[in-house]
Amino acid sequence: MCDTCGCNITEGNRHLVEEGGKHAHSEDGSVAVEVLQNLLSENDHQAAHNREHFDRHQLLAVNLMSSPGSGKTRLLETTIDRLKARYRIAVVEGDLETENDAERIREKGVEAVQITTGTACHLDAHMIHNALHRMDLDQVDILFIENVGNLVCPASFDLGQHLNITLLSVTEGDDKPSKYPVIFRAADLVLITKSDLLAVMDEFSPERAEQAVRQLAVEVPVTQTSAKSGEGFETWLDWLEEQIELQKARRSQGETRTPKLQPEGAKLHAGEG
Amino acid sequence: MHELSVCQAMLAQVEAIAKREQASRVERIVVRIGPLSGVVPELLRQAFTIARAGSVAAEAELDTELQQVRIRCRQCGAECAASSNRMICCECGDFRTQLISGDELLLASVELIRE
Repeated sequence: MCDTCGCNITEGNRHLVEEGGKHAHSEDGSVAVEVLQNLLSENDHQAAHNREHFDRHQLLAVNLMSSPGSGKTRLLETTIDRLKARYRIAVVEGDLETENDAERIREKGVEAVQITTGTACHLDAHMIHNALHRMDLDQVDILFIENVGNLVCPASFDLGQHLNITLLSVTEGDDKPSKYPVIFRAADLVLITKSDLLAVMDEFSPERAEQAVRQLAVEVPVTQTSAKSGEGFETWLDWLEEQIELQKARRSQGETRTPKLQPEGAKLHAGEG
Repeated sequence: MHELSVCQAMLAQVEAIAKREQASRVERIVVRIGPLSGVVPELLRQAFTIARAGSVAAEAELDTELQQVRIRCRQCGAECAASSNRMICCECGDFRTQLISGDELLLASVELIRE
């Protein structure tokens, strides 16, 4: 009750007000409050809510991240062509401006919601939540989220997805994983795209690209694909279908999945907080 | 440039803490940032000078404590310092290592003034 004479300090709370304690007062009268909370906890809270929403609708949510122009939309177009007879697919498109990508997806006969972020360089969990209000998820088996083309910022924001895929096109250089480690460490699958161009891009070595991924302590599959020639597409589709089955199995156990890094990080930091 | 979004999220948390603690203003905010968090401390500090205006932390200082990248080898058990893009074991060279620290993005503490 009394902060003046200290009569409210008991054996039970003394450690809080002593130097270094949670409510320690410094000489100038300021109060230090220990927090140890993730800076993005508000986003993470919304992301968890989105994930529950996806799980309730029994769908698999997949987040695609890459540089602009590395073939995310093209990958989705071919994937839709190949899978739409067997699975109900929907897409959330993220870009700074235009409906162009959503229109490309709609031409394939699939529902697409475009998020235009204006100046924001990434999607966040709140933007996804708003987009979900514009979709009928009862009609969806796989929801692809195509993040804003950017190899930096999207890696920091959980959207509620179950899986992250990081794309690396052969025109970008095989050392990209070394230059942008955060986004490649977040991947559950690394897709080397536009592999039909390897014949003319002799400076890109898929082996060196994979080596650069391994140097980040990343064990996930690294697969080559070409949405144009169809090369490597079976491997990618097999992986995706396996993930759909794994998600169904998790749902039947009442479980879910967060992208690779978050459980590891949360567990290791729990000791501090 | 997502540092501004991160900064705004941080300030929302700080505002909530200040309200809970019935503080009139915030004097200091301490955050812990690892190189693998994807946030650049210098950019966060720059974003802070813009984002703090008009908030309870308008006159606050922002301290960014940079954390080191450290790994533990899942094969031989060694613990090593590492860098963001080279996280292989310093003892046996295996790449199957686990991150111990370096991806932090934590609001560590705030110093408040109650008047």
